Amino acid sequence: MKTFKLGGVHPEENKISAGKAIEVLPLPAKVCIPVSQSLGAPSKVVVEKGAMVKTGQIIAKGESFISSNVHSSVAGKVTKIDDVIDTSGYKRQAVFIDVEGDEWEEGIDRSPEIIYDIVSDRDTIIRKINEMGVVGLGGATFPSHVKLMVPDGKKAEYLLINGVECEPYLTSDHRLMLERGEEMVIGVKILMKALGVGKAFIGIEKNKQDAIVHLNVICSKHPGVEVVPLKVKYPQGGEKQLIKAVLNREVPSGKLPIEVGCVVNNVGTALAVYEAVQKNKPLIDRVVTVTGKSVAKPSNLLVRIGTPVSALVEFAGGLPEDAGKVISGGPMMGKALTSMDVPVVKGTSGILIMQGAESKRAAALNCIRCGRCITACPMGLEPVLLAQLSENQLFERAEKERIMDCIECGSCHFTCPAGRPLLDYLRLGKNKTGILIRNRGKK
Amino acid sequence: MNETVLFAVLSLSAIGVASAVILYFVAQKFKVIEDPRIDVVNEILPGANCGGCGLAGCRAFAEELVKTGDLSKLNCPVGGSDTMKQIASVLGLEAEEKEPMIAVVRCNGSRINAPQKVIFDGASSCAFAHALSAGESGCPNGCLGLGDCVVSCKFDAIYISPETGLPVVSDEKCVACGACVTACPRKIIELRKKGKKDRRIFVSCVNTEKGGPAKKNCSVACIGCGKCVKECPYEAITLQNNLAYIDYEKCKLCRKCAPVCPTGAILETNFPLRKEKPGEPGTEKAAEPVVAG
Repeated sequence: MKTFKLGGVHPEENKISAGKAIEVLPLPAKVCIPVSQSLGAPSKVVVEKGAMVKTGQIIAKGESFISSNVHSSVAGKVTKIDDVIDTSGYKRQAVFIDVEGDEWEEGIDRSPEIIYDIVSDRDTIIRKINEMGVVGLGGATFPSHVKLMVPDGKKAEYLLINGVECEPYLTSDHRLMLERGEEMVIGVKILMKALGVGKAFIGIEKNKQDAIVHLNVICSKHPGVEVVPLKVKYPQGGEKQLIKAVLNREVPSGKLPIEVGCVVNNVGTALAVYEAVQKNKPLIDRVVTVTGKSVAKPSNLLVRIGTPVSALVEFAGGLPEDAGKVISGGPMMGKALTSMDVPVVKGTSGILIMQGAESKRAAALNCIRCGRCITACPMGLEPVLLAQLSENQLFERAEKERIMDCIECGSCHFTCPAGRPLLDYLRLGKNKTGILIRNRGKK
Repeated sequence: MNETVLFAVLSLSAIGVASAVILYFVAQKFKVIEDPRIDVVNEILPGANCGGCGLAGCRAFAEELVKTGDLSKLNCPVGGSDTMKQIASVLGLEAEEKEPMIAVVRCNGSRINAPQKVIFDGASSCAFAHALSAGESGCPNGCLGLGDCVVSCKFDAIYISPETGLPVVSDEKCVACGACVTACPRKIIELRKKGKKDRRIFVSCVNTEKGGPAKKNCSVACIGCGKCVKECPYEAITLQNNLAYIDYEKCKLCRKCAPVCPTGAILETNFPLRKEKPGEPGTEKAAEPVVAG
């Protein structure tokens, strides 16, 4: 069984909602759609207060190279354009819409019929993906059209599709592969056409045996697409770890996967690409797992972007009494929410409600120099050293020790017997080192 | 046997003499002539190496002073005017009278004024908490209370008050080196004039949100209403980004601004209690005892 070699940990899987079919969450009364939902420059709002919008209508345009369009996920009236704290914890500009009916923009094909023939050529595919605001749905929300524009001098050899879902608790990608596998694989074919590659691998951890079997059946009809079962190990779903596991290639420090001839996309992104190219449907909804040990009804929900988190939790049986922490994302990399009113954005893969005792961090004790964090780091870094450097604000030294290679997977913190908040300091160090590097570029 | 010893002694002596000659000429060639006054000035300085003067340490400060021979731009906040006068007499210059400064914490978001809404469970560092989120009260500009300023202070002049969760600066110990000003990721601490009898008036808030959102998180936030700006007879108060700021150079400590503030965001320190004038609205609020500062 294939896997990556360096580091990694084995957190409890807790895939409670794996058996729950995707349900459609009823339309909320109000939505609030942040306009910067991807990496890169914020998009520019193109609607005004008081305007009536239809579902799928563009409300913010991405104007620079790395940025993406945002569409209205509902039909209704724009009540205000104001700042909102989104799942990342930062204030962002957002469009607030009161829902009225559900009238869709013209040209969007809403029939359940699957369109197999890919008629669009490469440029049309990339243009459509750009227009429909498709971004990486694995969590990093990198605009997808940018990934498809291979820079000069580089050549894509393989397309890797990330169906690993190595975060504990989360099951949205798993359900999506089971229920929308057919469409997803067409999405993969579209991406292959846009990149001009002949081979695609779908990496899936073997704890999702049913998805592996299901996709194997589908892929037998599509030559060039192959399912690769992978050993269960966190963080297998990291881009660089996946490439190492599937192709045994190593992305050089500070470089992108295209350096070794790979482009990596999430299964959710592949489905969004299918919908954008074949059905003209912008990215206005996504599958979100709502889960937790004491949640009454753990579910996988198809949610319109901009729906408040409280609506999802309500649908899953309300906030349990012993809730200690509500996390956007998985337990390893997710971020605790400070309010239940924050909207679901394109990068929200799950809402995890942890029990009070489970969510508490242990008090940080002194480092005993055991080196477990170094063994666990999948990037081959020394988290203990990097954390110390950033605590003492020695960011230039930290840069030399490759702090920017950290993928923030949290394996170091997870494995630390002294419960030291290593990842916290690494994040701080990355942030400050990034500023240092950018300022250097300006001079 | 004798010959061997003789040969060894002679050859070593010859090498020794040759090296001495070379070293003499090298020393002449690369001689560093240092102004002896640098050492004298360095002796006078407190030797804290705090960096409060803006230079790398006391030695660097002494070198810079002797080199430029200009006292107007350089000042040792730790030693104060006494030290500067001593240095001036050594260098044969005239020392300028500088008013003593002090670090002032411009946030009054205590546990009561700005109640905790969420629990921050991460690394105990303001820099990290600031990079991550808005803080426990929800105020995006308020004090996080994790004590980066306390760690940065070399003079033991700041501590976090256990009751309020806010930093308290000691009037006696603070030398206004500015280390905490740099350490605070939210730029809450400011160096202000120490004032006669330690009397100071300042806006104890740095929140730039609009009135509504600011008030939602903290009852003593500056809401940018501008009442103090109108009240001030010396035009010392300016309003920018929904936030009032009192210029300590212009402020005459007349205390007219504090009573008009609807949220009580303007703090007065070490003033005698106001005489209560019955029937005059607004005075009651201003009479509240003030701790922080």
